[in-house]
Amino acid sequence: MSEPFHDPAIHLQILSRPELLAPVRALVNTMAAHEGLDDLAACHLILAMDEALTNVIRHGYDCDPNGRIWIAISTLQEGAGIRVVIEDRARTVDPEALQSRDLEDIRPGGLGMHLMRTLVDRFEHLPRTDGGMRVVLEKRATLRTAESAA
Amino acid sequence: MQPGPTLEIAIDTSNGATILSPKGDVDMARSPVMRKTITDSLQKKPTALVLDLSGVPYMDSSGLATMVEALQNARKGQTPLKLCGLTARVKSILEIARLNTVFTIFDTREQALQG
Repeated sequence: MSEPFHDPAIHLQILSRPELLAPVRALVNTMAAHEGLDDLAACHLILAMDEALTNVIRHGYDCDPNGRIWIAISTLQEGAGIRVVIEDRARTVDPEALQSRDLEDIRPGGLGMHLMRTLVDRFEHLPRTDGGMRVVLEKRATLRTAESAA
Repeated sequence: MQPGPTLEIAIDTSNGATILSPKGDVDMARSPVMRKTITDSLQKKPTALVLDLSGVPYMDSSGLATMVEALQNARKGQTPLKLCGLTARVKSILEIARLNTVFTIFDTREQALQG
């Protein structure tokens, strides 16, 4: 087995540009696999992170491509899961104002908050004291027995 | 997962039906390309529009929104919209968004064209 990541493993600063979402996803996907998340669990963490970043770009920075976003990726414990913390200096958004649409009301959009709340084991979305927002996402690896891993 | 904002979409026809086959992640950067291609295809009034998603390893909520909009526009024009070839990840995302029962989904392109 390769060396475990140290906590915190990676800090990134990216600009608020949609084309940067794919490389961040690729990085977290690699870390998630390294930490024992199965493919769907990794996908769910990545999707939750993607929705958080999309919210920052679209609603926080109003699609201004020069906003700053900070992403910290760390392990919960060796082999136990991944934590992603996303911070920005964009407009402070009332988390209560970002409600998901009723899932029975089929129309485009309005799914981001539902996905973030559903896809990870821990989700926090709070204003930062010095401006902007902070999102915490945690996804735990499902423990596998030697039998199920075989 | 692919870097960059491009989304390659192959366009095929079969007995009046149009088949769109995007290749790559459908996210905030790339969903506008898919949206435009679907809109252009529906305007040509095919007998059915098939989205072959076998080349899509990942889709975010903007991709889901694009497909829901496509479904609504297809219904307005009375064009059947069918999905096929869903990868495990995209299938899971549709299920979590509870959209798996909204769309008509087939395992393969051939089944979608016959269904």
